[in-house]
Amino acid sequence: MSGDYDVLVVGGGNAALCAALTAREAGCRVAVVERAPRAFRGGNSRHTRNLRCAHLAPTPVLTGAYAEDEFVADLLRVNGGETDIALARLLIQQSLECAEWMGRHGVRFQAALSGTLHLSRTNAFFLGGGKSLMNAYYAAAARLGVDVAYDTEVVGLEVEDQEVRIETLAAGEHRVVRAAAAVIASGGFESNLEWLREAWGEAADRFIVRGTPYNTGGPLKLLLAAGAESVGDPRACHAIAVDARAPRFDGGIVTRLDCIPLGIVVNRHGDRFADEGEDFWPKRYANWGALIAAQPGQDAWCLVDAKMAGRFMPSVFPPIVAGSVGELATRLGLPSERLEATVRAFNAALEPGQFDLETLDNCRTRHLAPPKSHWALPLDTPPFQGYPLRPGITFTYLGLKVDDRARVVLRGRPSRNLFAAGEVMAGNILRRGYLAGIGMTIGTVFGRIAGAQAADAAR
Amino acid sequence: MPHADPLAHGAHVLTVCNACRYCEQFCPVFPAIEQRVVFDRVDLAYLANLCHNCGECLYACQYAPPHEFGINVPRTLAEIRLDSYEHYAWPQPLAARLRRNAPLTTAGLVVAFTALFFATSVLTAGGAVWRARPGGDFYAVVPHAVMVAVFGSVFVFAVLALAIGVARFAGDVRRSGVEAGRSPAGGRDWRAIRDALTLRHLHAAGADCVSGEEERRPWRRWCHHLVLGGFLLCFASTTVAAIYHGVFGWLAPYGITSLPVVLGTLGGVGLTAGSSGLWVLYGRRDPSLGDPAQRAGDRSFLALLFTTTVTGLVLLGLRASAAMGVLLIVHLATVLALFVTLPYGKFVHGFYRAAALVAFERERDPASPH
Repeated sequence: MSGDYDVLVVGGGNAALCAALTAREAGCRVAVVERAPRAFRGGNSRHTRNLRCAHLAPTPVLTGAYAEDEFVADLLRVNGGETDIALARLLIQQSLECAEWMGRHGVRFQAALSGTLHLSRTNAFFLGGGKSLMNAYYAAAARLGVDVAYDTEVVGLEVEDQEVRIETLAAGEHRVVRAAAAVIASGGFESNLEWLREAWGEAADRFIVRGTPYNTGGPLKLLLAAGAESVGDPRACHAIAVDARAPRFDGGIVTRLDCIPLGIVVNRHGDRFADEGEDFWPKRYANWGALIAAQPGQDAWCLVDAKMAGRFMPSVFPPIVAGSVGELATRLGLPSERLEATVRAFNAALEPGQFDLETLDNCRTRHLAPPKSHWALPLDTPPFQGYPLRPGITFTYLGLKVDDRARVVLRGRPSRNLFAAGEVMAGNILRRGYLAGIGMTIGTVFGRIAGAQAADAAR
Repeated sequence: MPHADPLAHGAHVLTVCNACRYCEQFCPVFPAIEQRVVFDRVDLAYLANLCHNCGECLYACQYAPPHEFGINVPRTLAEIRLDSYEHYAWPQPLAARLRRNAPLTTAGLVVAFTALFFATSVLTAGGAVWRARPGGDFYAVVPHAVMVAVFGSVFVFAVLALAIGVARFAGDVRRSGVEAGRSPAGGRDWRAIRDALTLRHLHAAGADCVSGEEERRPWRRWCHHLVLGGFLLCFASTTVAAIYHGVFGWLAPYGITSLPVVLGTLGGVGLTAGSSGLWVLYGRRDPSLGDPAQRAGDRSFLALLFTTTVTGLVLLGLRASAAMGVLLIVHLATVLALFVTLPYGKFVHGFYRAAALVAFERERDPASPH
C-alpha cells in the first residue's frame, strides 16, 4: 500500500466492504486493511448465511412482509430492552434498502421458497453463504479501484481532527498510513484468548472459537485505551454448544449440535445440569455455550437413543455409539454407575405424553431437578449415541459506542473523522441475546452509513 | 494430488456439506445430499454424476483449502465420476486398459487403424489409394462392404458397451434411491432430459459458468453446445447417407448441396470450433476446479474429436484430388478410434449425467427450486 488515502477502512468483513464501496462510490481514494490472508478474508462474515431485513411486501428473496414495528419488537424481546432505541430504529428502517443495494454490488440471494430454518419471511439468504457474499464485495471493490492490503495488522492508531494515522504491520514491516477519515470495522475480540481469559478466567482456555482466528480485537483495544467510550460487558458473548472435536478456530456452522432437545445433557460427573427442553431449540441454542462454560472442565455430553437418531441436523462428527448406557459411559470417559443412575432417574420421572417436535409438547419430567419440560422421552432404546460438547464462542458484544452517524464517541464527544461499523459496534444495538441475521444487518447498514459519513468528513 | 481412496474422502466431504448446506440452491447436488445421511458408493456415483462441475461451490465454501477441512466438492466429485465410469464400464478390463495413458493409447489406435485400413485398401483395391477420383469415390479406396462391416460392428459394440454401463449405473441408483416413487415415475423424465440437453445446471446459479473466483463467462457452455450439436449433426449426416444408400440406392459421393454433406459440414464446423474452444478454456480454467489426473484423458478426447472433424472437412474439400485416398484412410482411422474409445472416455459423461438427472427428478422434493 502506498500513498495516502481519503478513507481508510480497518477490517475486511461485510461492514468494512460496505463502508469501502460506499466511500469509493462517493469519489474517495479508499484502502481496506485486512488482517487475514486473502484465502481467509472476510472476518466472521465468511461464516454467515443471511441478513434480517424489514420489507413491506413479498420480494423474490423474502416472503410475506416484515414491518419495522415487528422487527423492533423481535429485537427488544431478545436483548431485554438494553439498546439505543434510536439507533435500533435507524438500523431497522435502513434495512429496507439493504437487499437492493447488496444486489447492485454483486451479492446473489437464494430464492425465497426454500424453507431453511423457516426464516425466509424475515431473513434474506445469500446464495452460497457469506463467503460468496464477500467474494462479490471484493470483486466489486477491485472493479471500483479500492486498494486492499491483506495480511496486514493495525498496531497503532492516532486520531486527530483532520487526519487519522494508522500504523500497520505486514511481513514484519511497520509503516504509517495517513487518511482524512477512518472506519473501524475490525470485529470483536472472540479469538483473543488472553482477553477472553480476563473475562472468563481459565474456562476461556476450553472455549472453541467458531469463527475467524483473526478477530483479536486489536483496533478495539487501541481505541478503548485512547479514550473511546465502550458499550457492553466484556463477558457478554454469543456462545453455543459445539462438538468438542471441532477445530480450535474457524469450524463455522458444521460443528454445532442440534440434538440437545432430543436427549439429555450431562457433565463430567454424569449429572444433568439444565432443562434440555425448556423451549424451541432456535430460542434456546445460544444459552448452551454459557451453561457448558459453567460446568467443571467446560465439558458436557449429549446422549440420545436410537429413537432420536436421524431426527436432528446431521453434524460433521459421528456420534460415539454403544449398546448400553454403561458401555457408552465407558466410551465417553464418564463414571458409568453415576450415568446409569442419572438415566434411570430421568426415565422414572417421565410423564406419558404425545411427543411432537413441532409444538411445546406434554412429554415432560415430574419431580426431577433440573426438569426437562418438553420432548422428554425415555432413554431406553439401544444403540445409544453420545456427542461430546464444549462452549463455542461466536462473537463478543463489548464494543465502541457510536452515534447515529456511526461516529465513534472519543474522549466524551463524537469524533469528526473516526467511524465504526459491524461487530465492533453491535453492542449499541444489542448487548445480549441474538436475533438470527441481525449481525449482517448491522454490518451492512452501519457500514454504508460509516462509509458515506467518512467520505463527507474527508472532503 | 489425487486421494488414495476417493470414495472414503468423498463420503467425508459430503458429510461436511450435509452439516453446512449453505450451497443448497446452487444446483441439484446439494438438495440430493440433504436427502441422505450416509454416502455409499452408489450415492457417491449418483451425486458425482449429478454435478456439472460449474464450480460455484468451491469459491463459496468456507471450508475450501487452505482451511484444515480442505473441502473441494467439484474436484472430489470429479474423482468419483471417473471412479464411477470405471466401475460400471463393460467390459471392465478393456475400460481400464484404454484409459491408462489415454493420449498414447488414442494416438496408437489412430496409427494402428490407419495401417490396417491402408493394408485393406491395398489388398482389396490395389493402388487406388494413390489416385485421384473424379467426384471423390471413397468406395474405390475402401470398399463399401468393408466400411459397413468394420464400422457397423464397432458401432454396435460401442452402443452396447455404453448401454450396459449406463444401465448398470442407472439400475444401482434406482435401487438405492431415497423415497423412490415420491413423484409419479416417468412424469418428470422429460424435464431431466431437457435439463441435460440445455446444460441448465452448468449455469443454474447465475447466467454463466464459473472459470475462476467471481469470474463467470458463457463460453464453456456455448462450446459444449457446439460440440454436442456438431456431434448430432454429423451423426444425422451419416444416418441420412446410410438411408440414401440402403433405401433409395443413391450411391456416394453426394453433391456439395446434398443433405448428408450439408449436415456433415455444419456438424464438422461446430465440432471443430467447440472442441478447440473447450481445449483452450480447459487451459484457462482454475485447475483446482477439476481433477488434474483426468486432464490427459479429457484432452485426448477433445483432440480426437478435433482430428476426426478436421480430417473430415479436409477430406470433403480435397475429395477430388490425389490426396483423397490417404485423407480418407486417416479420417476413417480416427473415426474408428473415436468409436472404439467412446464407451470408455469422456463421452460417457453425458449419458451418466442424464441418468442422474432422471433419478433426481424422480426423488426430488417438488417444493425445491431445482
